[in-house]
Amino acid sequence: MSVDATMPRATAPAILPGSGGMRGALSDLFWRRPQLLLLLMLLPPVLWLGIVYIGSLFALLAQSFFSIDEFSGLINRQFTLKTYGDLLQAANLDIILRTVTMAALVTVASAIVAFPIAYYAARYARGRWKALFYLGVMLPLWSSYLVKIYAWKLILAKEGILTWLFAKLHVLWLLEAWLALPVVGGNSLSVSFTGTFIVFVYVWLPFMILPVQAALERVPGNLVEASSDLGASPGQTFRNVLFPLALPGIVAGSIFTFSLTLGDYIIPQIIGTSRLFIGQAVYSQQGTAGNIPLAAAFTVVPIVIMGFYLWGAKRMGAFDAL
Amino acid sequence: MRSDRGQSAPLGLKIAAACGLLFLHLPILLIFVYAFTTEEKSFVWPPPGLTTQWFAVTWNRPDVWEALSLSVRVATISTAIALVLGTLCAAAVSRTKFFGRETISLLVILPIALPGIITGIALRSAFSLADIPFSFWTIVLGHATFCVVVVYNNAVARFRRTSGSMIEASMDLGADGFQTFRHVVLPNIATALLAGGMLAFALSFDEVIVTTFTAGQQQTVPIWMLEELIRPRQRPVTNVVAMVVVLVTLLPILFAYYLTRDGDQIAGSGK
Repeated sequence: MSVDATMPRATAPAILPGSGGMRGALSDLFWRRPQLLLLLMLLPPVLWLGIVYIGSLFALLAQSFFSIDEFSGLINRQFTLKTYGDLLQAANLDIILRTVTMAALVTVASAIVAFPIAYYAARYARGRWKALFYLGVMLPLWSSYLVKIYAWKLILAKEGILTWLFAKLHVLWLLEAWLALPVVGGNSLSVSFTGTFIVFVYVWLPFMILPVQAALERVPGNLVEASSDLGASPGQTFRNVLFPLALPGIVAGSIFTFSLTLGDYIIPQIIGTSRLFIGQAVYSQQGTAGNIPLAAAFTVVPIVIMGFYLWGAKRMGAFDAL
Repeated sequence: MRSDRGQSAPLGLKIAAACGLLFLHLPILLIFVYAFTTEEKSFVWPPPGLTTQWFAVTWNRPDVWEALSLSVRVATISTAIALVLGTLCAAAVSRTKFFGRETISLLVILPIALPGIITGIALRSAFSLADIPFSFWTIVLGHATFCVVVVYNNAVARFRRTSGSMIEASMDLGADGFQTFRHVVLPNIATALLAGGMLAFALSFDEVIVTTFTAGQQQTVPIWMLEELIRPRQRPVTNVVAMVVVLVTLLPILFAYYLTRDGDQIAGSGK
């Protein structure tokens, strides 16, 4: 090999010899066949999720086509649609309707509470304030779910801080009048639908704020200015400019609030009435009642509802806002 | 929205945003006050007196320590599994385009997108169909499955920012695949993995819905708290445990935020 005079130190050959040993051989093999490396990288996660998760989902789905023998309580492993027929009983339809109504109300309320926070954080917060707003949403999001529910049990209890506050402000009659209402009331806030609703909104609110903020960050500020330059009132600007542009973010957030409310069984169990939600029905059917087929059929309901919801959300462009 | 620098927000918006943030934070702060209350039987406000004796009582409770130890072990092993699987998946998805790539992303996100009760009961019915008895490992199996997505989100964001030419340069300079991984890829993604690992740990440490279906008789800290919430026996001890849980989950989140704060993607948005 001739060495160029201008590059006296370039003594290494242009093509390096293959590095020896197992390690070198493997390394060379992966370089020559990137598909093999890709396959090896994908195999563990796909196998894990495919077997553990998708496998379990199919096991669940399969069980919903089994039925329970009403006399022996044993599960009859033969294909039948009887369990889905049971699902359509009035009591079960009631549970489904109640859960979907609650999920819809919670979603609307979270959107209303989330919007000002998201809007302020996206449009006005700068530098240190921006970080503070971000952490201000992130910390409650990641705080323990049970601790948050526990905190609300303390707040909503009959002897708790909220009753005390109403008494201090001399408006205790207002609270009592509300609790005397038929559906939303109860003995105290912690055993009423109002309590369930407040806790749902509280727990899922950060899931709404983040996508709405992300959507609002992408709205150019001069669009809002142009709208007011053209004579729109702040209300008109909100209705015709901001809201339509923020809508994908709101829909993205509503996926979380809606889906999480549909599946939750702990919040209505701890703070709420004795009337069941879908999650509680699933839990009691598989646990105390031992009717796993009906529990499985019940879980198919939120999956189907969310399927339609996601399909609609995708058409509204919500996934770009995630 | 960057053009209106210096403009001040309308008063109504400021008040609404401030009230929203207070609504998010006051309930958690309240936990800290209740941990010191002298009242044992009810949740009365204002607390009749303040004391630190419940910390000592909690310290001497073996059931709390057992739950804590189980939670820490489950979270550690689930995080380790999630780190390996999530990083592998992120590396494969971000570096190459291949058939079914979108399906893989969906597969990773699904365990967290579907309500927890579905994941929980699906795992339980699979265990019962396959006659697997409940154990430490059934809990880990569930936790690792939904922790993968957190690591995956953080790692994918970092891989996207890391330029592929660095890897090519390393190869051109004679490093083999393993050396490149060790000296070029790993230092680049290390903080993202650490952040993802912290978040996965926090997620597993806090998880209750899936755990109720996969735990059998064992108690993690959230399961212990759930029992106390449904059938209160020792309210003051629960108050103290709640406060400690808030502090324990707070630190990993702050640290994860610190590690990824200058990135374009934000840790924790994948919960």
